[in-house]
This record gives sequence, C-alpha cells and structure tokens, in this order.
Amino acid sequence: MNRSAAPAPRPRRYTPGRAAFGVFAVVMTVIGWVIEPIQRLIGVRRMPWVFLLPNLAIFGVFILFPMVMNFYYAFTGGTALYPLERPFVGTQNFEQIYACGNYLNPATCNEDLFWRAVWNSFTFVAFHVAGLVFFALITALVLNARIVARGFFRSVYFYPVLLSPVVVGLIWKWILQRDGVLNGILVSLGFDRTLFLLNADWSMFWIIVVTIWANMGFHTLILLAGLQSIPKELYDAGSIDGTGPLQSFWHITLPLLMPNVVVVLVLAMIRAVQMFDLVYVLTGGGPGSATLLMVQYIYEVGFASQIQRFGLAASASVTLGVVLLIITLIQLRLTRGSESHLA
Amino acid sequence: MRSLGAILKLRRGRKGPDGRRKMHLTDWLAYGYLAIGIVVMFGPVLWLVASSFKTPAGLLEFPPTALPYAQTTVPVEGYDEPLPLFDVTFEDGTERRMAQVRRIGIEAQMVDPDAPGEPITVNIDQREQVRELRLAWENYVDPLQRFNFLTYLRNSVVVTVVATIVTLIANSMAAFGLSKYKFRGRNAVFLLIIGTLMIPLSVILVPVYLVITEVGWVNNLWGVIIPGAATPTGVFLLRQYMLTIPDQLLDAGRIDGASEWRLYWQIVLPLSAPAMAVLAIFSVMWRWNDFLWPLIVLTRSELFTLQVGLNAFQGELNVQWHYVLAMTVLTLLPITMVFAFLQRFITTGIASSGVKQ
Repeated sequence: MNRSAAPAPRPRRYTPGRAAFGVFAVVMTVIGWVIEPIQRLIGVRRMPWVFLLPNLAIFGVFILFPMVMNFYYAFTGGTALYPLERPFVGTQNFEQIYACGNYLNPATCNEDLFWRAVWNSFTFVAFHVAGLVFFALITALVLNARIVARGFFRSVYFYPVLLSPVVVGLIWKWILQRDGVLNGILVSLGFDRTLFLLNADWSMFWIIVVTIWANMGFHTLILLAGLQSIPKELYDAGSIDGTGPLQSFWHITLPLLMPNVVVVLVLAMIRAVQMFDLVYVLTGGGPGSATLLMVQYIYEVGFASQIQRFGLAASASVTLGVVLLIITLIQLRLTRGSESHLA
Repeated sequence: MRSLGAILKLRRGRKGPDGRRKMHLTDWLAYGYLAIGIVVMFGPVLWLVASSFKTPAGLLEFPPTALPYAQTTVPVEGYDEPLPLFDVTFEDGTERRMAQVRRIGIEAQMVDPDAPGEPITVNIDQREQVRELRLAWENYVDPLQRFNFLTYLRNSVVVTVVATIVTLIANSMAAFGLSKYKFRGRNAVFLLIIGTLMIPLSVILVPVYLVITEVGWVNNLWGVIIPGAATPTGVFLLRQYMLTIPDQLLDAGRIDGASEWRLYWQIVLPLSAPAMAVLAIFSVMWRWNDFLWPLIVLTRSELFTLQVGLNAFQGELNVQWHYVLAMTVLTLLPITMVFAFLQRFITTGIASSGVKQ
C-alpha cells in the first residue's frame, strides 16, 4: 500500500457550461484586442465612454432620434415615409384629430375612430386598473396569511403573466366563442347562449377580465413583497392596545402598504394605456370599434390600412406620450407625498 | 370578526393552546379563494390543451366535452375510407353496431362492418355515435409539415437568443461604465437612460419604422432584434447590482496591469451573474412574447415569429382551430417549462427588482 502517492488529477471533463465559458472567454479576448489599443490611445479616464458606446448608439438611433422625429411626423402630412418628401402642414394633423363637435360623442368628430379609441381606452383603463389592484390586493393578503404551500400558490397566480399576449388572447377567444366552453356551461345551467365577442358591452367586459387575469400575478408579487416587509411587532403592539382586526388593517397594513399600492397603481395604469396585443388578438378591436384602444388606432392608421397616414399616427402617439407623461408626473408627486407621510 | 383578523392582521403560524394549528373560518376562506384561484388560473390553459387534442368534428360539438372523444371508425371491406360506427336501435328494440355508408337527409345507409352486404336504410334518430377517447396527434404533426411552423419557431428562437445576447452585452457594458467610473456627464447619461423608461416603442412607432427602413431592416430579423436592445430596465438593474461590487477589486486588477476591458469581463461580469441571469430571463420573456413590433417589421410570412404566425393563422377567414390550438400549446410550452424550473427564481427576482417591462 503506497500512502504517499498523490491522487491522480481528475481529468477535466467536457461540459456544455465549460464550453460556453470557453466561447465567452475567446470572444471577450478577441474584442479586447480592439478595445485595449483604444485604451492606450485615449487613456483610462475616457474609457467609460467606450463602455457606454454600444448602448448609447442603439439608444440614440432607436429611441432619442425617433422621439424627436415623432414631432416632425406629427407636423407633416402626406403618405410618404421619407421625411424630406413630407410637406409641412402645421397643426393640421392635430386639428384633424381634435376637431370635434362634442368630445363625448365620437360620431361628431372628424376622426371619430380616434375618439372612440380614447374613450374605450379610458373605460378600459379605469375598470382594468381598479379590478387589477382590488384582486391583486386580496390575493396578496391571502398569500401572506398563514397558508401551506405559499410558493406554489404564488406561482399559480403568476403563471399567466409569463404567457404571451397572443397565446392568452387565443386561449380566451376559444373559451368565449359561440360554441365555446363558457357557453356550454351557461346553456347546461339553463341560460341563453351569448355571443360574447360580438356584443359591444360583453367584449369590453371580457377584455377587462382577461387582461386582469393575465397581469394580476405580477402586481400581486409587488404587493406581497410590501406586506412581508411590514414588521410584525406593529401588530403585536396594536393587539396589546386592543386594536381590532379591521382597525389594524386600516391603520397599520394599508398605510404601510401604500407606497407599493401606488407603484402597482401607476405601473398598471401605464401598461393599460399601452394595451394592444392581447386585445388585438381577442377581439381585433371589435365588434366594430367597441374595443379599439389607442395603440391599435395608431397601428391601424399608420401601418395596417392601405393609405398609411403616418402624420395622424405620430400625432396620436404624441397624445399617448403626453398621457403617459402625466401619469408619471402624478406618480412622482404621489410617491413623494407618501414618503413624507411616512417620515 | 376575530377570525377575520387572521387575514387582515397577516399573521402566520399562530398556534392554539395545545400547540397545534387551528383552522379558523378565515383559513377556510383563504383556501377556498386559493382553490378557486387554481381553477381560474390554470383552467383556461388546461382547456386549451384538452381542446388541442380534439378532431375538427370534436371541436364543433356543442356543448363541448372535456375529453377528446372522437367517433370510432372501422375499415369495412369494399369501402376505401374507414366508415364511422353507430349503435342502431331497430323498431323491434334490438340494437346492432353498424357502420354508416352515407347519410341522405334524415336517413342513413348502414352496413354490418363484419358482413358488409346490402346497406340497410335507417332513420338518423335511430342511431347513436360510437365514440372513443382518441388524441388527435395529427393536429400537432400536420402543422409541422404543412405550414411554416418550424420556420416561425426558428425565427423566434433566433430573435430571442440573439437579442438576449446583444442586450446582455450592451447593457452590462453601459452599467459598468456608469457604476465603476466617475466622469463628467455620468449623471446626465444615467438620467437620460432612466428618463426613457416611460417611452415605450408604441409611442415612437413611425420614426423607428423610418430608421428601420433606411437601414434596410424591414423584413429582416435584425430589425426586430436591435431597436429594443438598449433596455433602460437592464441598464438600471445591472448598474444597481454593480454598485455593490467593491471598487478595490478593480484597483487590485489595475495594479496587476489588467486592462479596463479585462476588469469588465473577468471581474465585474462574473460577479454580476445573478443580476445578469435576472435580465436574461426578462429578455427571453420580452422577446419570445413580443408582438407589435415584429408585426410591423415582418410582412413576409417566412420571417414571421411564432406570435405573428399564430396571429396570422387565427386571422384567416376559415380559422382551422384544431391547428391553431395545437400550435398555441406548442408556443406556450417553452415558457411553461422555463417557469416550472425557475419559478421561485423568477418570482423572487421580480419581487425584488419590481420590473417586468
């Protein structure tokens, strides 16, 4: 028996992880051959700009430049995409969009589809956000109570968040169609068959329900994280003082959860204003224009129709951007308010 | 009222005097809510999966059955196609299992499958379908051969993988520059990037389309990949993480003569792996599910991604639901598998970073 013999070094195994790292290292080394001479040339102090370059280049070309160009399109007319071929028309696009006999009645407007989209979006955002926050809050409270398998249930509510909007739209289109399972259940219970997606009110109802279904899990997570960060001692102190459960909810839980509620509210609103794909697949904006939302209007006017009215699309985009800006400003105001309230 | 407090006061694990947990009314309410939750959240997806295994005839049935039943067919001597089986009840009360040759109005011609002789004419009310449980795998196999499904899949995979790699590299480089150096203009650049968090692509569709056209990327996967690669979310996430990496590590590397580039990829990147993983998962989700922008950029069907292709199928005049449903299942399969393996990671990652898009 030879105790002094060192164990043979284990042969290095070939694994996908190692191979990936090898590729990564080779690529990075090769890029280094380009970047290291640059460093010698310009010095360490200017190197951050080299690191920022790729991101800023994409950012500049695909976000900053388009942001500026968007206004150019909004103030020029015609159907040409190339900027120099577009005649300057002043505020004509905005007038076209905003000229309206009575804003509450889209039929009196020049661009009636735009105002239908605006009011549809308004209804949609109001009910969607209210329902979303309500159910997300209840779900978060239940998930935060003493239950077994919390991780599992959290995943249950989160699962639809990962599904693509197209898939969600198709799933529900299949359920809600004339011969779908929902009608099957209703008929077997003795109700009449309803054409959910061919009725204006039902369509609006269902896009609200389905979008809540699809997005609730995400907002539940944020609220749950907030609930779990509330110190338990507060409740103990409350119960010593004889605080009832409803009281402690109103006076301890809700105020401390408020920052998270505001985040959820604003996030939900921002995303609801931009809602497009799920509704586009589920109802196509129909029946008629009953569920046409703002982004779909932009898409239809600028890209889907035969005559591509980029100017109108751009001015509608500017309107959408202003709405988003206002929501963001409100958020900044609210979050500052709640922080000072806590302090 | 007292038990309502269990939910409202958010306590866990309160034990009864005997040391055991007691089930309060609120617990029952909570579990009831969760049980309904399972049905409402998973039910639609399960229904999709169950429906995707039905034959076109099975899909037309109303009210629909939960399981994919299909009429049994048998090959009968003398007939080219297999014939559908029926249980026929005759006037004298006898019942025979027969195959239907053809149906004429309210009458049907039936033959005995074992001894096909002269067809017997019966009223269609007298017969009832013989059904069996059968999974219509052809719904899954046919689209793979007949439609561009595999092309769509390939396009989606290419877009997702390449875009995620580009996003990770560009964002991590920017985050490194913003977190590990002090230079004039740093805060301005950071605010500029964060400020555009609220500028979604849907607000600047037209001009971005112009840029894509000028570059020649209409009907090109690069046109889908690049515009969304400089995500403010990613820069923010990675910067916040890299700020926690001590600068002394970099100084030590500098003393040893490492170039800035090597500090980036040999020290900071490996240490940022958790944040990079979170961003990678986000990026995969965004890109796999992306719809509006690919819909605008890609108009040739051989370039469609899965989402655009699926939408095109369901938008056809004569929707072939049996194929659409099967392809929908195939589309949600990868995400479901990722979810099954990484769900804890994803949910905690999102809860801590508070971002999804």
